[in-house]
Amino acid sequence: MRNLFTRLGLRVVALLYLAVILLGPLAIVFWRTFEDGVAPAWDALTTPETINAFKLTLIITAIAVPVNTVFGIVCAIAIVRRKFPGKALLNVFIDLPLALSPVVVGLALFLLYGREGWFGTWLSDHGIDVLFALPSMVIATIFVSLPFVAREVVPTLREIGDEQEQAARTLGATGWQTFWRITLPSIRWAVIYGVILTTARCLGEYGAVAVVSGRLQGETETATLRVQERYDAFDLAGAYAISIVLALTAILVLVAMTVIRPRGEAA
Amino acid sequence: MSILVRNVSKRFGDFIAVDHVSLEVESGSLTALLGPSGSGKSTLLRIIAGLETADEGQILLSGRDATRLAPQRRNIGFVFQHYAAFKHMTVRENVAFGLKVRKRPKEEIRDRVDELLHLVQLEGFAHRYPAQLSGGQRQRMGLARALAPEPQVLLLDEPFGALDARVRAELREWLRQLHDVVHVTTVFVTHDQAEAMEISDQIAVVNHGRLEQVGAPRDLYDRPASEFVMTFVGDANDVGGRLVRPHDLELLNEPADGSVEAMIVRVTILGRDAKVELHDAGGAELVALLTRDDFDDSGLWRGQTVWIRPKHERAFAA
Repeated sequence: MRNLFTRLGLRVVALLYLAVILLGPLAIVFWRTFEDGVAPAWDALTTPETINAFKLTLIITAIAVPVNTVFGIVCAIAIVRRKFPGKALLNVFIDLPLALSPVVVGLALFLLYGREGWFGTWLSDHGIDVLFALPSMVIATIFVSLPFVAREVVPTLREIGDEQEQAARTLGATGWQTFWRITLPSIRWAVIYGVILTTARCLGEYGAVAVVSGRLQGETETATLRVQERYDAFDLAGAYAISIVLALTAILVLVAMTVIRPRGEAA
Repeated sequence: MSILVRNVSKRFGDFIAVDHVSLEVESGSLTALLGPSGSGKSTLLRIIAGLETADEGQILLSGRDATRLAPQRRNIGFVFQHYAAFKHMTVRENVAFGLKVRKRPKEEIRDRVDELLHLVQLEGFAHRYPAQLSGGQRQRMGLARALAPEPQVLLLDEPFGALDARVRAELREWLRQLHDVVHVTTVFVTHDQAEAMEISDQIAVVNHGRLEQVGAPRDLYDRPASEFVMTFVGDANDVGGRLVRPHDLELLNEPADGSVEAMIVRVTILGRDAKVELHDAGGAELVALLTRDDFDDSGLWRGQTVWIRPKHERAFAA
């Protein structure tokens, strides 16, 4: 009896918590967006500035995700399979973006690439715009979404051990062949899971990009920045509509993850 | 292909895993590396395979220096204790792996894999995944996979160690038969002296990273070079500081020259033999092995006091 009570109690608490913290705000956004029907929301989404913002978010994500996937896999292999000086340090630094506020990351990039920054002077002498342009926004996004693939792959690599890789070597496989045919297939679910988390993080990035982009409407404004801009301009319908698209994308990504992840296989 | 291990050493931190070992393995022979766990026998095998690098010394394969050669260039087959099956591949894909990475033609790969699956009696399992196989089947797949690229040396690291006794005995017999057909130079690591005695042409006994003795199974048993070999290869009794094989003990009703008093505590009939367990005056346990005829004639009984006398004995410098 008591057992049943505890179990039910736990469920009720967990669901209530989720409802208040997550579902409530989400539901209100949905409701507000479509309060006056679909047409105003559609109009808000199809302004050139908004379309540009979505495009920019996609471009940044399309660059940051592959870069961090490759980097994450390489780092994970280095951490688990290799011995080198500074390995412990690398292990700590990978987690840094999780601990650091994105605004701080943005400021650091500002100091590096700004007109008076370390690289900024040289870059502006050569006519390359980093700050208030796509490059800095990509760098900022890469930075904040860096840990996810490595963090997913490291435990999986540890778990599978290196015997299969050794077997491949004794069978005549080169390092590359071993990686493509043995290692990568063995860690594929961890990589996919990491890619999904990275993608979600990139789509939602706000703080670091806000600092380095300069928020030029129709130019360096990503979808999340656009939400803030619309909100500040008292265009709540527009802000809600963009938010809905971002929220739906996130939900879609998470559903995709749950669907493709095989039962019982550790991600 | 012959294998020559020349003065090889390997340390892991402070631990000396292999200590100046030299060993020659004749082309086409089946050699066992026999030793207790932690003796360095697996490390030595992995050095031959190139999976570990020696701190000093040389490995020569067919007379060619292979000390610094990567494992994939040594033309070896390696069988792992825990199979190291490629979990995401079917049995067929596992066996084909060594041929695929060598970019052999498709038809050739298909025919060779069919041949090997037949050899290891896994024809009906080609499309299964390793998770769907028993331990014995997985290890046979491991063997087929190692043999597929026609290696010149086959190395097996405790290949039957993870299997139950019956499957173990079966596979052991089967490995010997396979070797008689395939004739590939084979080195296998084991801690089981019966396994080593049963199937190998040559046994190298390893202890504390050192080679104790190398020889034919019979030589090791009959002429052990050290106390360790005497006690590790076959059973031995310590009779007043002298080492004696159980079947080299005579049980007498009267004291005689060089005999020691002991009491029979247990008799076990093992088919054609009788095992007699005794305690000597100091309480030390001794085991004598008599043929059934000798035992039946002797009229020995439990609790009886007898005098035991070694027929052959050995003393080793400590």
